[in-house]
Amino acid sequence: MPHFAKPAEGSWTEHYPGLGTGPVSYEDTISREYFEKEQQAVFFKAWLNIGRVEQLPRAGSYFTRELAWANRSLLIVNGTDGEVRAFHNICRHRGNKLVWNDYPNEETSGNCRQFTCKYHAWSYALNGDCNVVQQESEFFDIDKETLGLVSVPCDVWEGFIFINLDKEPAQTLTEFLGEMGTGLAGYPFGEMTQKWTHVSEINANWKLFIDGFVEFYHAPVLHQRQATAEEAAKLLKYGYEGLDYSLMSPHSSESAWGGMSPPKDPSMVKPSENAVRSGLFGPWDAPGVVHELPPGVNRTKSRVWGTDSFLMYPNFMILIWERQWYLTYHYWPVAENKHIFEVSCYFVPPKTAAQRIAQEMAVVSMKEYALQDANTLEATQTMLATRVVTHFHLNDQEVMCRHHHAVVRENVRAWETGTPVSYPWINAPASTNV
Amino acid sequence: MTLITASAALTATSDTLSVTSARLPAEFVDLEQFSKWIIESQDARYEMRLASSMDEMQSLYDMVLARMPDILEYCNTFELDDMPDDAHNLMLLTYSFIQASFSVEAWKQQRVPDSGAAYISCTNEPRI
Repeated sequence: MPHFAKPAEGSWTEHYPGLGTGPVSYEDTISREYFEKEQQAVFFKAWLNIGRVEQLPRAGSYFTRELAWANRSLLIVNGTDGEVRAFHNICRHRGNKLVWNDYPNEETSGNCRQFTCKYHAWSYALNGDCNVVQQESEFFDIDKETLGLVSVPCDVWEGFIFINLDKEPAQTLTEFLGEMGTGLAGYPFGEMTQKWTHVSEINANWKLFIDGFVEFYHAPVLHQRQATAEEAAKLLKYGYEGLDYSLMSPHSSESAWGGMSPPKDPSMVKPSENAVRSGLFGPWDAPGVVHELPPGVNRTKSRVWGTDSFLMYPNFMILIWERQWYLTYHYWPVAENKHIFEVSCYFVPPKTAAQRIAQEMAVVSMKEYALQDANTLEATQTMLATRVVTHFHLNDQEVMCRHHHAVVRENVRAWETGTPVSYPWINAPASTNV
Repeated sequence: MTLITASAALTATSDTLSVTSARLPAEFVDLEQFSKWIIESQDARYEMRLASSMDEMQSLYDMVLARMPDILEYCNTFELDDMPDDAHNLMLLTYSFIQASFSVEAWKQQRVPDSGAAYISCTNEPRI
């Protein structure tokens, strides 16, 4: 007997005809050949989030992003016209990396009026134009007009900076984000500038960690010791059910309940959480900056809503919490069995010491959970790679796992065959259920 | 001879320091024994947790938990960006309490169970 209503078809999964309900092959997480195709078909085609506008507070503010997996270094800059632009971080003269300090492979940031190459002092304006060629008269047939920095498609949505490694993206960022973008527009991300970032190299395929973060079926089991014993037993007995799953292919979202911040009864949580009034779901005392939620958040308008997870294809997640903070996950591929995981927590800047301490508790809780998740993945990766078992059953609470693998597979197929991407489970009316 | 004198002077200085160098506000002299937990960065606090005994952490946990209402009340009297060093140290001690609370309340051991070689680094944290 479900605690929360499911779609008329009887399940979230069958609500999307064509997505299937059968066991799923996980060959896509262990094959080197597939990984290489995926790089081209997915990561060199999709819009990728690489930062926030708060990292570029003024005209001339810049930061670099080292995308080792793509063998690319990008320079992101706020122009004198207030526009955020992205460039390949390479000098047009003889190919030196344009912006770096001490170690060429490390990211850097700062503020400047123009970019000047360390090597021969070729200079570039904030909009990428080549301003100065040192000893220009020594060159032959040179035209500075044609020697600007090589630009990278770049756009900003709700303060999130996205780039696209495809010179001519098939869609604009707005088209790409679609309903996911409009559904979250207006949330006060810009008020939440108190930021922590944690990074880890994980010995597992990037999609496996996404799997772990788009289903909470694992939570009452893997994380049971983070609750009090009595509460853990109750949670395990209930299992987990989402309030809502929405597939907005290639993106998807989940809405989850969570009544622990503050708990109905103080005995439901650990003494430390009572003492600092905070926990995994965030500081119990919300800052009061959210007056009305945008339509994509808490879609079912549930009174027990705790957090929503938004998976923006291919590798970016935003979690919005009822207590008015958010966090982001990024999963950067390294190899078929390795990725870099980044998590950033964002809060409204604290006004009091108690608020600051509550934030520390929320951030450390997140890290403790993530550490449990991270190491489980390595255990999964090594066993998947044995191919002793190749197909796996995904339940209805794992519909976002099923969907994400299917979306990536479809993009690889389309890229290989030179045909358009199509998501039949979205495009086909429910009556054509197969 | 000169060397011995110099070393004696150093000892005297550090003895004096240990007497007068309270790092926490006077109201929290009972927590002074945990001053090694006054640590600036989250990663370093986690390292201290891994390097400490469960008894040590239990004691830190018990004492700070009991004083938490006082700590919050005391620290709340200051502006966050204009906090005296000793109050700031008290905040840092509280963050270490948070680290220890997971070992004491949840795991009954220093590290997250089954976390093996997994490591997550805090690469960016607010100054305040």
